Amino acid sequence: MTTPSPKPVSAGVFWPAYSLFLREWVRFLRQRNRMIGAMATPLLFLVFFGSGFGSSVRPGGQDSMAYTHFFFPGVLLMVVLFTAVFSSISIIEDRNQGFLQGVLVAPVSRWAIVLGKVLGSASLGLFQGLLLLLLAPLMGLWPDVASLPLAILVLFLCATLLSGIGFFFAWQMDSVQGFHAVMNLVLMPLWLLSGAIFPVSGASGWMQVVMKSNPLSYGLSALRATLFPEQAAAALGESSLEISLIVLSATTLVVMLAALVLVNRPLKG
Amino acid sequence: MAPRNKKTTTLPQAAPPMIRVEGLAHSYGTRKALDGLNLSVAPGQAFALLGPNGSGKSTLFRILSTVQGFTSGLVEVDGLAVQTQPAAVRTRLGVVFQYPSLDGKLTARENLRFQGYLYGFRGTALTQRVSELLHRFKLESHAEERVDALSGGMRRRVELAKTLLHSPRLLLLDEPSTGLDPAARRDLWTLLNALRKDTGLTLLVATHLMDEAAGCDRVGLMDQGRMVAQGTPDDLCRELGGEVVSLDSPHPEELARVVKASLKLKPKVVNGTLRLEGKTSLAQAARIMDRHPELVTRVTLARPTLEDVFLARTGHRLNQEEA
Repeated sequence: MTTPSPKPVSAGVFWPAYSLFLREWVRFLRQRNRMIGAMATPLLFLVFFGSGFGSSVRPGGQDSMAYTHFFFPGVLLMVVLFTAVFSSISIIEDRNQGFLQGVLVAPVSRWAIVLGKVLGSASLGLFQGLLLLLLAPLMGLWPDVASLPLAILVLFLCATLLSGIGFFFAWQMDSVQGFHAVMNLVLMPLWLLSGAIFPVSGASGWMQVVMKSNPLSYGLSALRATLFPEQAAAALGESSLEISLIVLSATTLVVMLAALVLVNRPLKG
Repeated sequence: MAPRNKKTTTLPQAAPPMIRVEGLAHSYGTRKALDGLNLSVAPGQAFALLGPNGSGKSTLFRILSTVQGFTSGLVEVDGLAVQTQPAAVRTRLGVVFQYPSLDGKLTARENLRFQGYLYGFRGTALTQRVSELLHRFKLESHAEERVDALSGGMRRRVELAKTLLHSPRLLLLDEPSTGLDPAARRDLWTLLNALRKDTGLTLLVATHLMDEAAGCDRVGLMDQGRMVAQGTPDDLCRELGGEVVSLDSPHPEELARVVKASLKLKPKVVNGTLRLEGKTSLAQAARIMDRHPELVTRVTLARPTLEDVFLARTGHRLNQEEA
């Protein structure tokens, strides 16, 4: 090589994480179908379920507008969930197609792999969630402006949590087919039992216990409380915002640490 | 296939080895993949690991790449233990995997840039380095194309440029010719040999292709997790003696029996031909033909190849499926 190349040093965390983060975005913007896939289903859900259930399902005896208020935060979470699923699948593809090998032989802190991949996915989820949020007024939903920044933070935490869980499972898998089981047995139930469709208070006793131990329930509560504070106050059985935020943050941190431990584990022979 | 670079001289013996492997053993469950393997590669050398699939090449390769642990033994790269100092080893190491580690959705330039970030490069230094590599590997006109759209040979060049971005001292190549046509293969080796000349890069090439191994400074023959022979290709072939004589026969087993009995030789039967090795083999072949004309249809004389050396050392062929 003609120019004297700088001596390679351990690259630390930031730049390698930035590399993986940026790659997520570049790939996302080049794969339109991913964006359509992650946005179209929730939109359809919102339109069909929101208006279809509207008159027959009335949590807390509210009217159909209230159900849309109730349902919308759940749909936001669904967008974030789908993005996390797509991203997790890309980890398995990276492994199978060889890209991941190239990262593993680089002097990259293992934190960088977890952070780059999970935050890349979470920011994509947040971005798509925000797009949906922009459409909310079209459905007659006006999020509370004062608590909007907090709502965005909550959505980002939820995205990080779900992406982290997806990473944790995808890292150990070598087939996309296997990941579908995780999606159906872990990620979808997390969403279904978070109170996204029916409120915790309306569920039977044992179901309430299950839902109360689901960390995503707290994410959803926090999202409701920050997006539509008035309606959330009227809803029954929701946890307080403070408790929701604490549980959500703590779980997200635990999941990230678990992913880090997993990535640092020496590879099996 | 791999053009030999006669000019490349190995450094004096005193130089500490770039790769040092002693008594390396690794098992997958009860199956021994590596069984007391020794290997030493001097800086600047091109060393070929030649062996059939399942000989333990890939396992050794993964261990040297720091992506896999091992059961016992010593493995050092540039004096650093791979198990205790993997991060330091990684800065000195470039790995070209059998299956490219490129992101097909990104352009050639983006692949290089993102690789740069992984190694802590950034800013104008990175931009310059990437342009330099694109130029050196004659990729400038395709720099903005997505890698998915490039030909196999070009992808291999992008892969190589990517791997060399941080100027590693040791380059590991796993079956580098996989999926390349002969022209692309020649290009690859022209590039590799030029790099060795300019930068003193050390190469370790895992291959099952005799030609590829014959182009390297030294060859290690691997079989069943062991190194069965090491040396320069010439030395290894010379050990067998002058030439290899093969006798075609309609009844090779019978021919082997009578040759054993009447001439006190120990011929081998390989794929229906009787093989004689050693200095006097041609004279022996003439005698056999004379005594048993009905059992010999053709006699072939050839210089020994690494394939012959492998056969002599292990009793089986290098590439069973291609034999």
